[in-house]
Amino acid sequence: MSNIHVTTKINGDPTEYLCAPDETLLDVLRDRLGMTGSKEGCGTGDCGACSVTINGRLVCSCLVLGAEAEGAEIETIEGMADGDQLHPLQQKFIEHAALQCGICTPGILVAAKSLLEKNPDPTEEEARYWLAGNLCRCTGYDKIIRAVLDTAADLRKAS
Amino acid sequence: MRYLAPTTLDDAIQLLSGDPGDCRVLAGGTDLLVRLRSGDAEPDSILDIKRIEDLRQITKEDGGWLIGAAVSSAEMNEHAELKAAYPGVCEAADLIGSTQIQGRCTLAGNLCNASPAADSVPAMVAVRAVARVAGPNGTRDVAVEDIPTGPGKTSLEKGEFVASIFLPAKPDRSGDAYLRFIPRTEMDIAVVGCGLSLTLDNDGTCTDARVALGAVGPKVMLVDAAAEALIGTKLDDAAMQALSKACSDAATPIADKRGTVEFRTHVAGVLARRAAAIAKTRAEG
Repeated sequence: MSNIHVTTKINGDPTEYLCAPDETLLDVLRDRLGMTGSKEGCGTGDCGACSVTINGRLVCSCLVLGAEAEGAEIETIEGMADGDQLHPLQQKFIEHAALQCGICTPGILVAAKSLLEKNPDPTEEEARYWLAGNLCRCTGYDKIIRAVLDTAADLRKAS
Repeated sequence: MRYLAPTTLDDAIQLLSGDPGDCRVLAGGTDLLVRLRSGDAEPDSILDIKRIEDLRQITKEDGGWLIGAAVSSAEMNEHAELKAAYPGVCEAADLIGSTQIQGRCTLAGNLCNASPAADSVPAMVAVRAVARVAGPNGTRDVAVEDIPTGPGKTSLEKGEFVASIFLPAKPDRSGDAYLRFIPRTEMDIAVVGCGLSLTLDNDGTCTDARVALGAVGPKVMLVDAAAEALIGTKLDDAAMQALSKACSDAATPIADKRGTVEFRTHVAGVLARRAAAIAKTRAEG
């Protein structure tokens, strides 16, 4: 099995890697590039812990082959904060205690950021449906949803 | 395993039909990658069709719409004109999995995965959708209901794949709808699904109808008796009752952890009646 050479852009940085034809983008990120923020929960697209965006589209990186990322622009949780400056969503998650064990958090943050880029003023129902593919077994979701809606309100005020 | 990513349809056909081993077509990958991981599929090659520009397009054709096999459910639901023309098909595609899955999953993939519970398939059958099948002997059009033959099985020949889905033009005053039952509100597999389309004349009499059921048999089921219950009526209570009965009579479900035979049989009739009410409202504009 010969490896495939892939040229891509991750969080704005041009990135090249070699991957096996059947290797997922999640495995590439974690095992080849050392970007372990994206988590593997189920590996079958059910839990959303591995959420990233590819060309602006929210996907589960466990259901994408590394080889498919050729020429694509990928955004991961590692690109969310600006240096030491947390993204407003990250800050709100801390304020609302919207996480406990933290395994689902990177995926939820990436998914919530994608929601607010598409819809700056989501209803609670819209936020819950958008995040239905991100499973959290600790929080019961309420704090997560409140943190997302509170961030959305702040961002609207600031803009 | 080899990863193949042709950029033209001709190259894809050549690679697929020329491959001596097990070559699987990769569209959204939301089923295929799960099978790779579980060891359920161990292909020699994977043929990624997403770099074929034509298959990424939603285009108008003969008054209908051609949806490339690499178009995701999310892209369909961002296409205002397509959504207005075929709300039932779009809402069915919008029920497949999560936001993340909808960013990848495709109509063609949902069809060729051949799950009896596939959400988009009854919706497509209801609007007479056609699968445009590409292969070494050229292209052929196949009614969507004739692609799956049973759970996980399709009528595609070796070297063939579904390149696009065509939703044909429909008369004025037509409406389509898809409803499914699941025990939660999101992220589940249909216990029963019902796709329905109908056309009204200016008096509100139903002149044409198609009713398709999912998850109540080994493959999608087109229920002629259900359509006949509607055609010629004004969709009054008696017609709706007859529609329900025809759907429940046609259902041949299995019992499993998601639903019993009795429950699925009953729900098939209920969903049909509700889908007809939505389709009627849409047809009336």
